[in-house]
Amino acid sequence: MSAEPVDIFRQEAEELFAQLETALLDLETTPDNRDLIATAFRALHTIKGSGAMFGFDALARFTHHVESAFDRVRSGEVKISSELIGVTLAARDHMRLLMEQPESVPPEFGAAILDELNRALAEPAPVAAPVPRSAAAPGPQAREAAPAAATGYRVRFTLPANALLTGTNPLALLQEMLELGEGRVRCDTSALPPLDGCDPERLHLSWEVELVTGQPESVVEDVFLFVRDETDLTITPLTAPSEPAPLPVVAAAPAVVKASPPAAAVAALQPAEAPSGGGSSASAAKPASEGVVKVNADRIDSLMNQVGELVIAQSRLKQIVHSGEDLSLLTLRAITEDIERLVAELRDTTMGIRMVPIGSLFSRFRRVVRDISRDLGKEVQLVTLGEDTELDKTVVEALSDPLVHLIRNAVDHGVESAAERLAAGKPAEGKVQLTAAHFGGQVLITVSDDGKGLDRERIRAKAEERGLLVPGAEVAESDLFELIFHPGFSTAGTVTSVSGRGVGMDVVKRTIDGLRGTIEIASRPGQGSCMTLRLPLTLAIIDGLLVRVGEGRYIVPLSVVDEIVELDEADNGQSETNNLLFIRDELVPFLRLRDLFGIRGAVPPYEKVVIVSAGERRIGLVVDYLLGDHQTVIKSLSRVHADVKCFSGATILGDGRVALILDIVHLIETARSGGTPPDGSG
Amino acid sequence: MAPFVKIENLQYLTFGLGTELFAIPVMVVRDILDTLPVTEVPTARPFANGLINVRGRVVPLIDLRLKLGMPPATASVDTRFVVIETEVDGEIAHVALRTDKVYEVAEVDSVVSDEAPRLGMRWRPELIRAIGRRKNRFVMILDIGRVLSSAEASEH
Repeated sequence: MSAEPVDIFRQEAEELFAQLETALLDLETTPDNRDLIATAFRALHTIKGSGAMFGFDALARFTHHVESAFDRVRSGEVKISSELIGVTLAARDHMRLLMEQPESVPPEFGAAILDELNRALAEPAPVAAPVPRSAAAPGPQAREAAPAAATGYRVRFTLPANALLTGTNPLALLQEMLELGEGRVRCDTSALPPLDGCDPERLHLSWEVELVTGQPESVVEDVFLFVRDETDLTITPLTAPSEPAPLPVVAAAPAVVKASPPAAAVAALQPAEAPSGGGSSASAAKPASEGVVKVNADRIDSLMNQVGELVIAQSRLKQIVHSGEDLSLLTLRAITEDIERLVAELRDTTMGIRMVPIGSLFSRFRRVVRDISRDLGKEVQLVTLGEDTELDKTVVEALSDPLVHLIRNAVDHGVESAAERLAAGKPAEGKVQLTAAHFGGQVLITVSDDGKGLDRERIRAKAEERGLLVPGAEVAESDLFELIFHPGFSTAGTVTSVSGRGVGMDVVKRTIDGLRGTIEIASRPGQGSCMTLRLPLTLAIIDGLLVRVGEGRYIVPLSVVDEIVELDEADNGQSETNNLLFIRDELVPFLRLRDLFGIRGAVPPYEKVVIVSAGERRIGLVVDYLLGDHQTVIKSLSRVHADVKCFSGATILGDGRVALILDIVHLIETARSGGTPPDGSG
Repeated sequence: MAPFVKIENLQYLTFGLGTELFAIPVMVVRDILDTLPVTEVPTARPFANGLINVRGRVVPLIDLRLKLGMPPATASVDTRFVVIETEVDGEIAHVALRTDKVYEVAEVDSVVSDEAPRLGMRWRPELIRAIGRRKNRFVMILDIGRVLSSAEASEH
């Protein structure tokens, strides 16, 4: 974890960008919500402030304009319009770009957005005499107002002595002021103590700037926006002639200097906590907030407690070993049990740190849906459910792109245009629903729409054209849908900017496979389609049930185990023929792992059936013996075993041997298709 | 086939399979281990149906005899697992090779052929990268990439 201030800024900024986006999207439906406007304004304000502090000057400058615009919204001067929201969203994207790769962004982009912003504000021409406003809330119309009204100001400011420690950069303030016009800076060194009494971390200087500018006073004051409360600031209008000629310098003070010398002095005084622009941009190359996890404080507290208990248990163990007496199995057993409990707790807590709610991901998709539906001229509403569902951070991150793709597909190919929908007797507004839920040790994520459903004929035609399907061949519906995951398959008649490039669904499938998950398609003509993603909760450790078949030991993930029954003689004779088992009036197909794995040798008299389920499907796995539960640290299989489908991974048992973890989803498919593995790998 | 490789200066680990002498670049070798308990992987291809635990790492065990088309052999006191680190289908992986006996690390004297002859080989020539000579014996230099490649695997 990195503690670089710049990284922390990036992470915070990411959150602010997300807040801003959410607020803007909400404002679109409730344009009069004052709280939302305030939230958006606060986000902009903070991005600008911290951005300037960490040397993201371009970001701060650009954000300043957007903030000013929003200030007018906040004051009720300008109404929220969807145009304004659109351009502010574009501005948000631009701001993010400025944060991530400021050097690669052409400045015209920003200018174009600002132009649009001004148009959206519906008052493109500067207002000559705006309403009198308090100096604390300067507006853009104020700064555009009456260019020749004032000729300049004498700005005197004294920052608090601890300003350098809090990250204030006087040099930046001076530079910002000098950008407003031409000026002379005088540094007042009268408060400077003798050298041996001088604390380099304290600020003993104050400045006086004579600024020739057409800008109103509020704009000058705006420079001090973030330090206004602590700064002793006086701004007095200059009575000098109006042409911006070199100022006659008031020679009262002994040291009259140009801007640069005090700047150098300040640079030398700058504490490390306030990195300058050059320093921070060097480390700005890496992507934002990567590798940083936010963790709840109580999770860390419980982690600390558990580690503390573990240390105590360990010292107890050490004491017993060193005392050399009473090495009874009983005392050792007690400690073993303690340690076992603690390790299990520690495991859960540590895993919990990696878990993040999927809601953070979902909120991003509102924007996706909004933008695409505008591009396509469709009305689409995104409904999300189960934002609290937690899953592994790496899984959440990896899911972002596949989900974007599925949602795009739903909006682009699934939902029809308003006219078509009305003709079909559906509401004009389409609905795309995104849900997440925990389901038997897995996370279920669905992307569904109420559109026209997958076009079977089109898929078939395309598959035949691409040679994926023999023309006229009988294909089960699910197999036909599977074809859309084939590389290079795309049914979109025309290539749009949104989808239809034929890259994507295969990538989606690959990503999900890589996460050891599955993806299923369901679709009904005229009613919509639904993509279901099943993902493992975590990638590292699971609770397992250790079973034995022949000489081999295997792990069944405990989370999928429903119950265990004995395969008794009577039932066996009957079920031999049809591989079905009667469990409380339900027919459950079962698989003999013995047969599947080609294991020979004596069959024990009492075989056990482990009933496992994934979603709606239940099957039984016939094993020889149950060996008990096992904390399973998952080790993935190498590419050498890429062709082995029955196992999702391996683990190491207490005796150092390797045991394989059964891939339940694959086994269920195998059992459902009548005992032969669907891909023939058995 | 494999392009000409200048192998004179490279160090090789030589090992025996049956009566033949084989070699792999010593650069890829990570461990030479006595036999360990092997976990069978049902449904895997026969030459790769084992997993072993190498210091907490689950490593697939390749039976080179089966891969090369030789008859299988039971473990003896000389049997060694040679753990190598290499690329398998684009992914760096540790893989163990079952060998009948490990001899030495040596430089192979000279390259007899940079291409294995198709004729006169009792087993699959395409897995041999080159043939060298060491103390008047021929040494088959294995093409590890091909031995482990999944695309190649279907023939066995």
